[in-house]
Amino acid sequence: MPDPTPMPTQTAEERPILEVERLVKHYPVTQGVLFKREVGRVKAVDGVDLELRRGETLGVVGESGCGKSTLARLLLAAEKPTAGSVRFEGRDIFALSRRDLRALRRRIQMVLQDPYSSLNPRMTVGDIVGEPFDIHPEVAPKGERRGRVKELLEVVGLDPDHVNRYPHQFSGGQRQRVGIARALALRPDVIVCDEPVSALDVSVQAQVMNLLSDLQNEFGLAYVFIAHDLAAVRHISDRVAVMYLGKVVEIGDEEQIYEHPTHPYTQALLSAVPVPDPDSRGWRDQITLEGEPPSPIDPPSGCRFRTRCWKAQDVCAEEEPALTERDGSAHPSACHFAAEVEDTVTT
Amino acid sequence: MEPTKDELTKNKAKNKAEDGAPLLEVEDLHVRFKVRGRNVHAVNGLSYTLAEGETVAILGESGSGKSVAAQAVMGILDTPPAEITRGAVRLRGEELLGLPERRRRTYRGDRISMIFQDALSALNPVFTVGDQICEMYEVHRGMRRKDAKAKAVELMERVRIPSARQRLGDYPHQFSGGMRQRIMIAMALALEPDVLIADEPTTALDVTVQAQIMRLLADLQDELRMGLVLITHDLGVVAGVADRIVVMYAGTVAEQAPARELYARPAHPYTVGLLASVPRLDRRSGPLVPIKGAPPNPAALPPGCPFQPRCPRAEAICSEERPPLIQVGTAGHRAACHFAEEVYGAGSDANADSDG
Repeated sequence: MPDPTPMPTQTAEERPILEVERLVKHYPVTQGVLFKREVGRVKAVDGVDLELRRGETLGVVGESGCGKSTLARLLLAAEKPTAGSVRFEGRDIFALSRRDLRALRRRIQMVLQDPYSSLNPRMTVGDIVGEPFDIHPEVAPKGERRGRVKELLEVVGLDPDHVNRYPHQFSGGQRQRVGIARALALRPDVIVCDEPVSALDVSVQAQVMNLLSDLQNEFGLAYVFIAHDLAAVRHISDRVAVMYLGKVVEIGDEEQIYEHPTHPYTQALLSAVPVPDPDSRGWRDQITLEGEPPSPIDPPSGCRFRTRCWKAQDVCAEEEPALTERDGSAHPSACHFAAEVEDTVTT
Repeated sequence: MEPTKDELTKNKAKNKAEDGAPLLEVEDLHVRFKVRGRNVHAVNGLSYTLAEGETVAILGESGSGKSVAAQAVMGILDTPPAEITRGAVRLRGEELLGLPERRRRTYRGDRISMIFQDALSALNPVFTVGDQICEMYEVHRGMRRKDAKAKAVELMERVRIPSARQRLGDYPHQFSGGMRQRIMIAMALALEPDVLIADEPTTALDVTVQAQIMRLLADLQDELRMGLVLITHDLGVVAGVADRIVVMYAGTVAEQAPARELYARPAHPYTVGLLASVPRLDRRSGPLVPIKGAPPNPAALPPGCPFQPRCPRAEAICSEERPPLIQVGTAGHRAACHFAEEVYGAGSDANADSDG
């Protein structure tokens, strides 16, 4: 792809395109109307380290409230972090000047969950997909835009002749394709997908996931694929990070996480997902967790999962387990007692 | 449970009287909506039966008519704009459609009850959960407040809400999503209904909480021997709990079969397509084979078979003639496809080459 980039390109091939280091985002909780007092902080993201390599898909899974969407917003520099850094090709995105940040935004794009509310109903599909060119006119000169938009629609499998239609004239799956075309317009290197298929019907989800895979092969895109659907994440990801209450508890390649999980939370999560096969297992022979995730305002001391964990001991309340390789785990797992169990996924 | 109203005893006596009839029987149900002068055919001939202690899953995507059909069975459809144009809903042989509203009302909650996807909007935000559960006993059973309260605590303990007695005075917003779902289940089960309709009961919940709720439902069903109609779009949830599955598409039954049979040997191209398009957790799946296109608009259904525009094996006849439900293989396995026999014959291999 011809892509004149104003960012300094890294010479070292090995360097990950995105590096997330000790990233923290706290939101203050205030009380009072006139004199706001801070009474607590929602620790949405609380010390996350991640890497994204060129052309790969990193899945991020976790339940609601685990901080995965806040992480997405931070990766796009849509929020300022409380602490920590995100480096894109070696440069901290939060230390960039306005101009450089604008240039950066060409290279990291986003696909949102809800194709109904993420497209302006009063703009035609052509205008929606072409809008990024208004902000970054250097990508496509005025005369070429119409042609580029039509090309993009074709790339995502829409009829280029529908360029003058409005979003309401499209189905949910088609709208998600419009959102993807818009994300592709500036030829980014990274696309952050926040629950891109969860609002779609089952039969349409597969279409969109296949499209994402095809586009990755064609354009060498790297994805951060954030979802609560563990099966979808397995299907699309090269590596997977499991989040719980603002922290990554386990990270590894797709096989390590799904076939050899060592963190009790990952094991419970995988065991809770129903498998579309009546012979596979029933509801009775799973690890069922008690209760629900605690509030991120006041997370438990030590290991945050200990309040729901069947392996918890005194040390878990005192000492926070680091996300590293351990005796029981060949890949990083944040559990003092990390170990594989037999057959988490199948009975 | 001591029945305090003689109406209840009458009902139970009636149950005995018509013992031969199935617990719940839905026959050829048609529901139509009038929207701005246009007719939208939401349900076009749904039939199924439900036995005691049995779980029947109604599987379908959005717009398939699964929720509308459930509301028609429950008798909570707004009419107008909806209109039940044809069909029958029988509870132990007694026809429910066309009953006067006053009488129908005594059935709701008592004989058939329902839980919904979104517990927060199904519960009344300005009354405590205790009030809302007690109301069931006061209205239907004529209990005094004090007794009703004791019952409510018992019920909340049964759905495993911790420190039930203290939480009786809390409002719905003070509970987490999973706990609210438990409260709704408690209310639905308060009067020990014969039939429970669960409309996407876990769709809004996280997987670990979903597992808790599904297990709770299964335990309570065993305990109370009730029939469960589970409405969902999730092929995984269905596989874990259903005895029989009815696959709905565009308001009609595409296929119905015992659960195992449906997954092993689907006989309708739509079912085949659904199974091929979901990624699997338990193995690294190859490329997904999606169903092309999108579900049809119920206001403008295609002629003939409603699945025909998306179907990989559609032929001329499919756009001319609506296929009837025909039996394939074992008893109880029926599919509405002109080529059901062939699809069924292709067996589970069909998953792989449905696109061909």
